[in-house]
Amino acid sequence: MDPNIHKPMALQQTPVILPGHDFETVTETIAEIPLSKRFPLGWIGLLIVSLGLFGMLHMALGVLVMTGIGIFGTNQPVGWAFPIINFVWWIGIGHAGTLISAILLLFKQQWRMSISRFAEAMTIFAVACAAIFPVFHTGRPWLAAYWLFPYPNAMGLWPQFKSPLIWDVFAVSTYATVSIVFWYVGMIPDMGTLRDRATSKIKARIYGMFSLGWRGSARHWHRYEVASLILAGLSTPLVLSVHTVVSFDFAVSVIPGWHSTIFPPYFVAGAIYAGFAMVLTLAIPVRRFYGMESLITMRHIDNMAKITLATGLIVGYGYTMEAFFAWYSGNPNERFMMWNRMFGQYAWSYWTLIAINIVMVQFLWLKKVRQSTGLLFVMSLLIGVGMWLERFVIVVTSLANDFVPSSWAHYSPTRWDYMLYAGTFGLFLTAFLLFLRFVPMISIFEVKTLLPQGKIEAKH
Amino acid sequence: MAHTPETSRALHGVMAEFDTGNDLVEAARKTMAQGFTKVEAYTPVPIEELNDIIHKKRTVLPKLVLTGGLTGMATGFALQYWASVIEYPMNVGGRPFASWTTFIVPSYELTILFAALTAAIGMIVLSGLPQPYHPVFNVDRFSLASSDKFFLVIESTDPKFGDATAFLHGAGAKGVYDVAE
Repeated sequence: MDPNIHKPMALQQTPVILPGHDFETVTETIAEIPLSKRFPLGWIGLLIVSLGLFGMLHMALGVLVMTGIGIFGTNQPVGWAFPIINFVWWIGIGHAGTLISAILLLFKQQWRMSISRFAEAMTIFAVACAAIFPVFHTGRPWLAAYWLFPYPNAMGLWPQFKSPLIWDVFAVSTYATVSIVFWYVGMIPDMGTLRDRATSKIKARIYGMFSLGWRGSARHWHRYEVASLILAGLSTPLVLSVHTVVSFDFAVSVIPGWHSTIFPPYFVAGAIYAGFAMVLTLAIPVRRFYGMESLITMRHIDNMAKITLATGLIVGYGYTMEAFFAWYSGNPNERFMMWNRMFGQYAWSYWTLIAINIVMVQFLWLKKVRQSTGLLFVMSLLIGVGMWLERFVIVVTSLANDFVPSSWAHYSPTRWDYMLYAGTFGLFLTAFLLFLRFVPMISIFEVKTLLPQGKIEAKH
Repeated sequence: MAHTPETSRALHGVMAEFDTGNDLVEAARKTMAQGFTKVEAYTPVPIEELNDIIHKKRTVLPKLVLTGGLTGMATGFALQYWASVIEYPMNVGGRPFASWTTFIVPSYELTILFAALTAAIGMIVLSGLPQPYHPVFNVDRFSLASSDKFFLVIESTDPKFGDATAFLHGAGAKGVYDVAE
C-alpha cells in the first residue's frame, strides 16, 4: 500500500526512488556510465579545465619547494594564513561524505543510499587536497615526515605528543585511511556487477580484480553487512573527532578569538554545513548531466538543504556565542578582538560571512527555495565562500591584531597563495571527474535494497 | 538438466535460478529441511535471512574488530608513553612526563584505525577473497547474480547430492544448471 495514502497533502513526499525502477533498470542506469565507450564532450571539456588547474597546482608546488615559503604572504604576526585556512576548509568539506555514509546509516536513513558513494568520493578527494597544505607549508615536504609522523629526528627528538598539531596528524591520517577503506569496501559488490556486465575482456579483468572475486554468496553478504555496520559505527566517532581535533589546534592556544570552549561543536557543525553545501554543488549538475533524476530525486535535494539549514543554524549560534563570550569574559584583549573583527581592517570578511551563513541560509526555510535546484546551486557555492571566509576571519583577524599594537600587521595573500588554493580545485575536480566516469557513482546494490524486489516478506 | 554419465568434467554442484528473493528464501528453507548440508545461495542484494537459514552461524568478525581496536589503543598509548617517558623525557613547564590525558587523542585515533582495518581486511580474508577463480562463474546465467537473479547451489560434496537436481526442479526453480568444477 502506498504509505502516503493517509497523509494530508502537505506531508506527502517525493519517494526516495521514483517509480518505474526494478533491479535491472537500476543496474543498467548506473553501470552504463563506467562501462560505456563514450566520453561525453562536456566531460572532456571539464576535464581539460581541471587538468589545467591541476597543472597550476604542480607549478605552484614546484616553485614553493624550490624557493621556500617566502613566496607566501604569511608574515609576522600572521604566521598561519592560507595553508591552514585551506586545510581546515577542505577537511571540513569531507565531513558531509562521512556523515552521509556512516551517521545516516546508523540512523537507517534510506535516502542516503543514492548519494553516499559520490559523497564519500568527495570526502576522499577533499582530504587529499587538505593534506597538501600541512605537508607543503613546511617548505621542505621531504622532511615533513620527521615533523609530522611519530619518528625521531637526527637528535633523537620525537614530535611533541602533548601538542594538538600532532593529534591532528593522527586524526587526519586515520580519517583519510578509514574513509578510503570504507569507500572501497562499499564498492566491492558493485565492482562485481561491472565485471559481470563488461563487454570487453580488459574491462572485465580490471573490474574483476577490484571486485576481488566477489560472488554475493549468503556468507559473503552476511560478513559484508556486519563489516559495513562496524565501519559505520567506527566512522561516526571518528568524523566527530577529526574536526574537534582540528579545532583544538586553535582552542588549545591562548590567542584571543581562538581560546574558546565552543570551538569543537561549532567546528564540527561548520564542517558538515560546508560539506553538505559541496554535496549539493556536485549533486545538482551531476544528476542533470547524467540523467539521474529518478535515483537522486528532489527528496534528496530537499533533505540535504534541510541538513544544511540545521547545521547552518548551529554555526550561526556559534558566531553569536563567540561574540557573547568575548563581551562577557570582560577580558580587554578578547573584547578588542571581537570589536576588531566587526569594525577593523578585515570587517568586510566578517560581514560577508554573516550575510551568507546567518542571513542567506534562512531562505532554506522556504520549500520553494529548497525545490529550486538553480537557487540551491548558487546558494551552495556561496556557502562554500562563506565557510572559507569564516576560517579566514578566525585565523587572520586574531593574529593580525593581537596583544601588542607594535607587532600588528596587515596580511594579504600573494599570487602563489591563490594559485595553490585554485590548484587544489584542479586536483579535486580531476579526481572527481575520473571517479564519475570509471566507477559506479551510485551504490547499485544498496539502491536495489530500496525496491520491492529486494524486500523479503516475513515468514512465520 | 540432470547431470548424466557422459558429463566428463567433475561437478562443483548444481545451480538453481530464481526470479525473486522470496522464491529463493522459500527454496532455501525447503532445501535445508530436506537435509541437504552443502548449500550456498548467491544474491544481488544482501538478504539477512539466508545466512540464518543456510549457515546458521554468525561471523566472528565483531570479536576480531574488538581485538584490533584494543590493540590499536595499546599501541597508541605505548608509543607515546615510551617516546615521552623512556626514550626522550622532556620537561615542558614542569608537567609530568606521563601526562596521560594528552595521550588520549592519538590512542583514540589508533583504536579506530586498527579496528577499521581489522573490519575491512577481516571481512575480505574470512570470505576467502581475493579469489580469482570459482566454479560458479562457469555457468553463463550466473553473471545475472550481480544484477537481478537469485541462485541456489547444492554442492557435489553433499551426501545427498544424487537427489539435488530433481529436488531443485521441484522447488520452483526457473532453471537448473550443472556447475563444472
